[in-house]
Amino acid sequence: MALLEVRDLRVAFNTPDGVLEAVRGLSFDVDRGSTLAIVGESGSGKSVATQTITGLTSGARVSGSARFDGTELIGASSEVLRTIRGARIGMIFQDPLSSLHPYYTVGWQIVEMIRAHDRSVSTSAARRRAADLLGVVGIPHARTRIDDYPHQFSGGMRQRVMIAMAMALDPVLLIADEPTTALDVTVQAQVLAVMRRLQEDFGTAIILITHDLGVVAEMSDEVVVMYAGSAMERAPRRTLFYANHHPYSEGLLGSLPAKGGTRDRLTPILGVPPSLIGLPAGCPFAPRCPYAFDRCWRETPPLRMVFDDPDHASACWLTPVLSEREALRAARVDREPDQPQESASATRVEVRP
Amino acid sequence: MTESMTQPKNEPLLRVEGLTKSFPVSSGSWRRNTAQVHAVDDVTLEIQTGETLGLVGETGCGKSTLARCMARLYDVTSGTVWFDGRDITHLDRREMRVVRRDVQMIFQDPYGSLNPRRRVGAIIGDPFVIHGTATGRELKTKVQDLMATVGLNPEHYNRFPAEFSGGQRQRIGVARALALRPKLVICDEPVSALDVSIQAQIINLLIDLQDEFSLTYLFITHDLSVVRHVSDRIAVMYLAKVVEAAPTPELFSTTRHPYTRALLSALPVPDPDLADSREQIVLSGDLPTPTDPPSGCRFHTRCPKARHDCVATEPALLPVLGDAVGHPTACHHPLTVGEDLSLARPDIDATERVGDGAFPLEAAATKEPGGESR
Ligand SMILES: Nc1ncnc2c1ncn2[C@@H]1O[C@H](COP(=O)(O)OP(=O)(O)O)[C@@H](O)[C@H]1O
Ligand SMILES: Nc1ncnc2c1ncn2[C@@H]1O[C@H](COP(=O)(O)OP(=O)(O)O)[C@@H](O)[C@H]1O
Ligand code: SF4
Ligand code: SF4
Ligand SMILES: [Mg+2]
Ligand SMILES: [Mg+2]
Repeated sequence: MALLEVRDLRVAFNTPDGVLEAVRGLSFDVDRGSTLAIVGESGSGKSVATQTITGLTSGARVSGSARFDGTELIGASSEVLRTIRGARIGMIFQDPLSSLHPYYTVGWQIVEMIRAHDRSVSTSAARRRAADLLGVVGIPHARTRIDDYPHQFSGGMRQRVMIAMAMALDPVLLIADEPTTALDVTVQAQVLAVMRRLQEDFGTAIILITHDLGVVAEMSDEVVVMYAGSAMERAPRRTLFYANHHPYSEGLLGSLPAKGGTRDRLTPILGVPPSLIGLPAGCPFAPRCPYAFDRCWRETPPLRMVFDDPDHASACWLTPVLSEREALRAARVDREPDQPQESASATRVEVRP
Repeated sequence: MTESMTQPKNEPLLRVEGLTKSFPVSSGSWRRNTAQVHAVDDVTLEIQTGETLGLVGETGCGKSTLARCMARLYDVTSGTVWFDGRDITHLDRREMRVVRRDVQMIFQDPYGSLNPRRRVGAIIGDPFVIHGTATGRELKTKVQDLMATVGLNPEHYNRFPAEFSGGQRQRIGVARALALRPKLVICDEPVSALDVSIQAQIINLLIDLQDEFSLTYLFITHDLSVVRHVSDRIAVMYLAKVVEAAPTPELFSTTRHPYTRALLSALPVPDPDLADSREQIVLSGDLPTPTDPPSGCRFHTRCPKARHDCVATEPALLPVLGDAVGHPTACHHPLTVGEDLSLARPDIDATERVGDGAFPLEAAATKEPGGESR
């Protein structure tokens, strides 16, 4: 049994313009000790999905299931969620200041966190653990810096403090929502190294939310590609990069600047993502898909096994046979240059101008 | 685009010489003294006609400040800015008008730089109006032509910025910059705020426009893969200084500066096999603050190759190890081709290393330079 099993998760918000379906039938598993990357463009529902799992979306309409180590989290009482959040599921976000209190020292905050979950731990023992943790995540002079306030740390160091705090109760699952997006690359490399190290040492499973395919390639075991609130493709890391099935995955990878050559034209995905209010039936990617055909506009493709690989699933009506899919890829003809397409599909899909 | 490198060098389109720009900052929490931060410190750099010069470096290293000095949006503290053979360092507002037409900027934030209450037709038409080059029907025609050129629907002339997506808003910024047919376009993080699929659309657009209108670009970004894609030459900045500059292929094949190498190695590669096999250098420490830069070579607090001379003497930006004049490096101990930086260890006093964040992880010390034990 997987550590976390998410099934048909749906999250909707009432907005002045209508019901916004942020997550539309998302399913995935996270295995113990492994890293699942959730990748997708902004607005695809990555944050809402994971926040819903930990009970952090208020005012949303939620359905579906998220079983964590045997406990159902969707609809669970706030007491249950409180004991799981922090203790068994640690969380880190893009902006560490959103979860660090500015008026308390980082040491005090970690000590409080440890003791809130277990009053039998003495303050001095908790303090020792806090200092150890800060040392583990690479904060120099941890024993003195423990008495510093969040603003006294640089961006990269604050993100480490966050990781230390998230790891304080030795969680089995760490949800990291764009943890390095705000950091420069050399500091990002440090923070990713810390996360990798912690996983090796403590066997923590990680859900890593990112829009950076480089980070996915460096960090993940498995990948879920999200678009417009649902999973387009789910595959082991190498499969996703070297033998993907879904045209959206293909498009994301094709948009990246090539490794070697300079100044070749890139192959962008045409158009823009759809509005999540009143999304029509059919494949949500159809307006931007170079392979779209009649059926795509009528019926929504389910996530189904492709290429005879039980670990590989794609929500796309294209052939599930590898050789046939590769033939389609080779014969792919892109539509007109991108310019007119963007405006054309934008007017088509944008409900609100 | 490679022409400019092989042709005998003629006059560069833009040249800055010994450029320094400092800002006053209040120092200390109780002292009211104002110190100076040198955002750009003694930079000399040329942009050749028709080329794309990429400028990379981490946040706060001075890229935007340098760009704004080049466009004379800032007065420089010292040094000279030459444009098209003319010293424009001290031109006054009126004299600058002519130069303004030739030097345009595109910014990262398409939202922030567009007035939400004005229609895009008016926004894109501003340059024509300000410079009095078109009015009435002719103005509208010109604006709609421009909109078509950058891939916007000309019929959306009367819409407001909020009615456009992020990528389309960046197209508005591009249209406005192109209105007066500039010679040099300074793109300051033009795609950094965009999702990857939209980013690719804008990069294609900028490349197409360069070919169509013979533009020269200064392309600023912190994203090395983007800058590698678009640039003929790349200059790398660290703490207000240019530390290495080279033609793009050479910067990657013959990397000389340890910081350049570290930056290249830190970039996550979207290729699992490559990601697993390559040598990764995890730099120790954070960026020092430019208010109080380290002595000698500014990179010595984080550099795996640092020696005592690095602390004492600032290295000059010059060709090293037989490199051509087009590939200068500011380093006392430049890398040879094939040298493994991940094996290097600094040989300076521990106190000279960065205070905040000596190294990422003790356990990773085997892979990581400068991971001296605590
Ligand atoms: N509290 C909310 N009320 C209404 N809409 C929301 C709320 N939170 C998020 N959304 C919308 O849900 C969609 C998915 O958002 P999010 O999960 O943050 O995307 P991602 O993390 O993939 O960038 C977006 O369209 C966003 O605007
Ligand atoms: N207007 C200003 N006043 C004071 N300091 C500034 C100003 N603009 C930039 N700086 C400082 O100068 C340095 C370089 O900034 P900037 O040129 O924006 O870097 P980059 O674009 O490379 O991120 C930073 O330390 C920044 O804080
Ligand atoms: S279902 Fe059709 S439109 Fe959707 S991704 Fe597959 S081919 Fe494209
Ligand atoms: S070797 Fe010395 S001069 Fe060269 S980058 Fe390192 S510290 Fe600077
Ligand atoms: Mg998010
Ligand atoms: Mg900048």
